[in-house]
Amino acid sequence: MATTLAKVDVVTVGLGWTGGIMVAELAKAGLKVIGLERGQGRSTEDYLRVHDEYRYAVRYELMQNLSKETITIRNHRKMPALPMRQLGSFLLGNGLGGSGTHWNGHTWRFLPYDFQIKTMTDQKYGPNKLSSDYLLQDWGVTYDELEPYFYKFEQTAGISGEDTNPFWGKRAHPFPTPPMKKTPILKKFEGATTKLGYTPFMLPSANLSEAYTNQDGEPINACQYCGFCERFGCEYGAKSSPEITVIPTAVKTGHYESRFNANVVEVIKSGNKVTGVRYLDTLSGEEFIQPAEVVVLASYVMNNAKLLMVSKIGQQYDPATGKGTLGKNYCYQILPGAVGFFDEQMNTFMGAGSLGMTIDDFNGDNFDHSDLDFIHGGSISITQTGSRPIETNPIQRDTPTWGAEFKKASIYNFTRTLAIGTQGASMPHKENFLSLDGNYKDAYGLPLLQMTYNFTDQDRNLYKYITSVTEGIMKEMGAKTVEGKAPITDYDIVGYQTTHNTGGTIMGSSPDNSVVNNYLQHWDAENLFVIGAGNFPHNGGYNPTGTVAALAYRSAEGIIKYSKSGGSLV
Amino acid sequence: MSEEKKVITRRDFLKTTGIATGALIGGGVIGGLVGYNTKTVNPVNPSTSNGHVMEKNPGFQFFKNNRDFQVLSNATERILPKDDLGPGAIELDVPYFIDHQLAGQYGSNTREYMHGPFAVGAPTQGYQSRLTRAEVFKQGIEKLEEEANKRFQKGFSDLEPAQMDEILTAFQKDEIAMVGVTSAFFFRLLRTATLEGAYSDPMYSGNKNMGGWKMKGFPGHQMAYMNVIESEKFQKIEPMSLGDM
Repeated sequence: MATTLAKVDVVTVGLGWTGGIMVAELAKAGLKVIGLERGQGRSTEDYLRVHDEYRYAVRYELMQNLSKETITIRNHRKMPALPMRQLGSFLLGNGLGGSGTHWNGHTWRFLPYDFQIKTMTDQKYGPNKLSSDYLLQDWGVTYDELEPYFYKFEQTAGISGEDTNPFWGKRAHPFPTPPMKKTPILKKFEGATTKLGYTPFMLPSANLSEAYTNQDGEPINACQYCGFCERFGCEYGAKSSPEITVIPTAVKTGHYESRFNANVVEVIKSGNKVTGVRYLDTLSGEEFIQPAEVVVLASYVMNNAKLLMVSKIGQQYDPATGKGTLGKNYCYQILPGAVGFFDEQMNTFMGAGSLGMTIDDFNGDNFDHSDLDFIHGGSISITQTGSRPIETNPIQRDTPTWGAEFKKASIYNFTRTLAIGTQGASMPHKENFLSLDGNYKDAYGLPLLQMTYNFTDQDRNLYKYITSVTEGIMKEMGAKTVEGKAPITDYDIVGYQTTHNTGGTIMGSSPDNSVVNNYLQHWDAENLFVIGAGNFPHNGGYNPTGTVAALAYRSAEGIIKYSKSGGSLV
Repeated sequence: MSEEKKVITRRDFLKTTGIATGALIGGGVIGGLVGYNTKTVNPVNPSTSNGHVMEKNPGFQFFKNNRDFQVLSNATERILPKDDLGPGAIELDVPYFIDHQLAGQYGSNTREYMHGPFAVGAPTQGYQSRLTRAEVFKQGIEKLEEEANKRFQKGFSDLEPAQMDEILTAFQKDEIAMVGVTSAFFFRLLRTATLEGAYSDPMYSGNKNMGGWKMKGFPGHQMAYMNVIESEKFQKIEPMSLGDM
């Protein structure tokens, strides 16, 4: 029997970036807020001995414990779905800060094209550029409407960058801090791309170039380029993360509380509103009901969708009929690239998660697609994140993968190999979606989320085209041998690709084609807000966090308004 | 000083003791050479009563007998052999790293979804075995030994390097029947664990004396590269472990 607790103004589920932004903004506005987090609390002092590749990068110390909960996966509807038993393709976060603790810190604003992708693609290329199997739609919000909220996040996180990219949306303000240091590796990329007629610029970074104090008074330190960023927490407090910014801001207000080991299992709905959430204290095993005026789902893409599904809020998407919106437009990211083997040794083991240079010449609709068999593209970058020895064993394709030759080659190449990577856009397809699994359950007795996903022709064509662009850049950089990444065939859950999963709880201008409105307010329950990359109707050609955060800031403004006047915000 | 200690291989030992005769090589000999078996694995402490290199086995957390441990050791050494660049898997204590890992949450897959029903999935769906890594290793090592006996009428550890490679390649190519798991999967696990043992922080009991990092030019745990990150010159930096902090 669940114990019902005292009602609060707002309860949030999950304390990563979106939950953190929500609790900070709502508590600052005077609302009484509780943040529920299934993991534990943590802070910079917990990262002092974090330079440990084996524990953090290989054994996934900061990630979700799959023995409690995972997803099931299949490539198409006719295939039996099986559980993702081990982490691989993407890394689900856990604990205070969520993925915002172990991220690299690439902080982008999606392009103006992304938000109006359907309208702009149809205008330029006609309505049949992609077949009707691709569920392309506008987002219900424009870049210009989001501009102030992008900036708000950049201020909160102190983002380091330079406004020299001719292809991105207009910025009303410069970056809060200057770009990171331009290393010899980055200069190789800069020289080559400039020579090829492209426009390189420093990647916008949440590893700060200098010490900074944000608008809420939270200090962020200067990055030391130690080379342990993605999959690690920052021992310097120099990588902007929820636990050093928005969470302390919320705590300072005096009317916010974080509650850990609290695993939410249901959003309770009554009529056209929700009344609160039911959660399990994972230490004591006790069940609680936390009533609230407003419920904010701010966990990861997978869990937000799952909570709506198990709580029976909204209509499940069915690819056979095209009806329903929940689970629809699940997208991923397409990652073309090339590896270059050089003669000279470079300091590849030094770096920072967002230390990089980028070109946007092949992103969005920045290049003409009239004669191409795909739309969109991706940002092409070189990053110097710090190569680590267990997982970095670069060998050429014809080298054996073990034995004497492997040893020689992998050691020789460790400091002589560079890679160019792309964050390639991923377009929604009617057969790619999320739903509940019928066979497998989590540790709390709930069905696992089921993912039905495969790469599409659009993805394969984009990948092939951009791979050849990256090969050209790598050659120009002076690599002795260049290897483009092997073509993609079917989506495979085994090897790490990216933790940029999107969709399933998409936003839009109508309840017919979306789960939430452009304030991320649920169409079927006006006091329920669902926040995260799950809101993206498609995935763009950048890392998602900057856009996720901008949507969250705009939604927070909506919730404050809602808490005064009620009703639909659109 | 440990770097100067002589490595005695099994063949050397058999030669010097004059027992390298076909008749004596078999289970009985292996069983009777417990001290020898461990000293090839981790050659330290040359001062022994009979003049041969003897080593004090630091103990097993997972393995129970020397034969299995020896098979593991030799297999990892073929994956990452000692050469002019530096130590191989055995000298780096990779087998002890794997032993310790198999005894803990790695070996029992405690952070992974291990609930049924189990089914053979498509390769794109990843690991679907009901077996833990500890069970996969145990069976895989037994199969290596079995395959050696089948092909060469010798234990795996008595084979020539090329023969060991032949068997490992058969595992890699998924040509060996295993129960509940494929031999290709076991081989990948073995290969990955070898690299993990060679290049993880020495606190995990592999990467002895940071020998793996030294070969690779990886400086381990360094507080900051702030002052050298812009340098055009390659930086040779003496590695530090977390224990050196």
